[in-house]
Amino acid sequence: MSEFVFLYRGGETGRSPERYQQMMQKWMAWFKELGEKGHVKDIGQPLERDGKLVQGTAKKVTDGPFAEAKDVIGGYSLIVAKDLSEAAELSKGCPIFEVDGQVEVRPVMKMNM
Amino acid sequence: MVATLTRIFGIHNLALAEDVVQEAFCRALEIWKFRGVPENPSAWLMATARNRALDVLRRERTARTFAPELTRQLESEWTLAPTVAEEFGPTAVRDDELRMMFSCCSPRLPEEAQVALILHILCGFSVDEIANAFVSSHAAIEKRITRSKKLLAASRKLFDVSGPDDFARRLPAVQRALYLLFNEGYHGASPESAIRSDLCRESMRLIAILLESALGATPSTCALAALMCFNAARLPARLDLSGNLISLADQDRSQFDRSLALQGQRILERAATGSEVSEFHVEAAIAWVHTSAQSSEQTDWATIVSLYDQLMAIRPSPVVALNRAIAIAQRDGPQRGLDEIRAIQDAERLARYPFYHAALGELELRSRRTDAARRHFTAAVGLARNPMERTFFEQRIGACR
Repeated sequence: MSEFVFLYRGGETGRSPERYQQMMQKWMAWFKELGEKGHVKDIGQPLERDGKLVQGTAKKVTDGPFAEAKDVIGGYSLIVAKDLSEAAELSKGCPIFEVDGQVEVRPVMKMNM
Repeated sequence: MVATLTRIFGIHNLALAEDVVQEAFCRALEIWKFRGVPENPSAWLMATARNRALDVLRRERTARTFAPELTRQLESEWTLAPTVAEEFGPTAVRDDELRMMFSCCSPRLPEEAQVALILHILCGFSVDEIANAFVSSHAAIEKRITRSKKLLAASRKLFDVSGPDDFARRLPAVQRALYLLFNEGYHGASPESAIRSDLCRESMRLIAILLESALGATPSTCALAALMCFNAARLPARLDLSGNLISLADQDRSQFDRSLALQGQRILERAATGSEVSEFHVEAAIAWVHTSAQSSEQTDWATIVSLYDQLMAIRPSPVVALNRAIAIAQRDGPQRGLDEIRAIQDAERLARYPFYHAALGELELRSRRTDAARRHFTAAVGLARNPMERTFFEQRIGACR
């Protein structure tokens, strides 16, 4: 088994409280399912929209990242799966796709003994 | 929460208050997605809203004015947080809801707008949910709410609920709004359900707040609260398992919520003080006769008729006259009922009310005039406001054979 990071990007649920509540319930159901099947190393956290960007050799600090809404990372999870294909397959259950978002799936580097 | 934030930000910042509540809600849900819903979600939401309020107050201190009554306390960092914390305390929260309820019932707004505003601001209903409850279009409700909020935001301050004269003057409007709200849940025309118990619950929640205030707990408020309890007690028996309406004669009264009925009785006792006999007193008495009767046949229809006589003297309307005529039919037979219906003043106002035609159909059916009955029930079907009503009337047509 290997570890993978899910980076959740984009996906605007809109302003309706009912819709928001529906989406929250879907996310919780999906997380629960992943957990029950033994795929969750760390369920992760949601992230604030604003932050700081520290760049380059000069270590310049600016407000940001002011990426387009669809590119902003809203949260992450740490997942356990057999391989990258399985991890990608597992991500398909994420409700973010209903609102046109995306999941970036990245393998955590393993120490090869 | 909108009521509390409006109290802090000032009525002119109503939109800001709504935005903060919205943001608090969305943030909380984002976090609960990952961490699970906490044991006390509303406490969590209140805490989130309170923190966001503090952020806004600090950030916007130079750009905006807030509640005129709280200006000095909000300006100083020493008193800012404690003032906000106090406004979020339970007594203050209830007072704020009372204040908001009275503010929504401004005489400059028509009744339907008052009710829509209460549902939107105090009960957190979305425009769609309100449109659904009142069989109106999303666009019409949105326009009504936008206009009403603008009017509200333009008033100089929230209604002062400690001034006894103003309070007494506006109380009838508040009572009427809550009465209409409850009625919409009990008899509503919503396409999805013949009963909207959430509307009944909300109106009962709000009248409880009214009852807790010294100025609000008048005999007529108690009578209205009792009326709501008696009718709410009967709600479980009104629909069958498929969600279809059951007529009063066929309802299984063992389904009545006895504890709610008891609660109504206790509140009705409080309504019996003083000499005021309001329309709510009479309606509560009628509801009580129905709730305490073992069956439709065993109901004291004579008392109900005399109560309707009283109601007609206080607040006459074609619908009240119709219900009175139906009660007379129960007491004296269908022909007397039909005579009474035909004698109703302004009966044209009932022309589009399906239960008017259904009542005629019912009484013709009992008089063995099946053709006439079928005609009336068919008219009722055409005016049905939702599938449940339609099914109910079609079943009655089936009985005309």
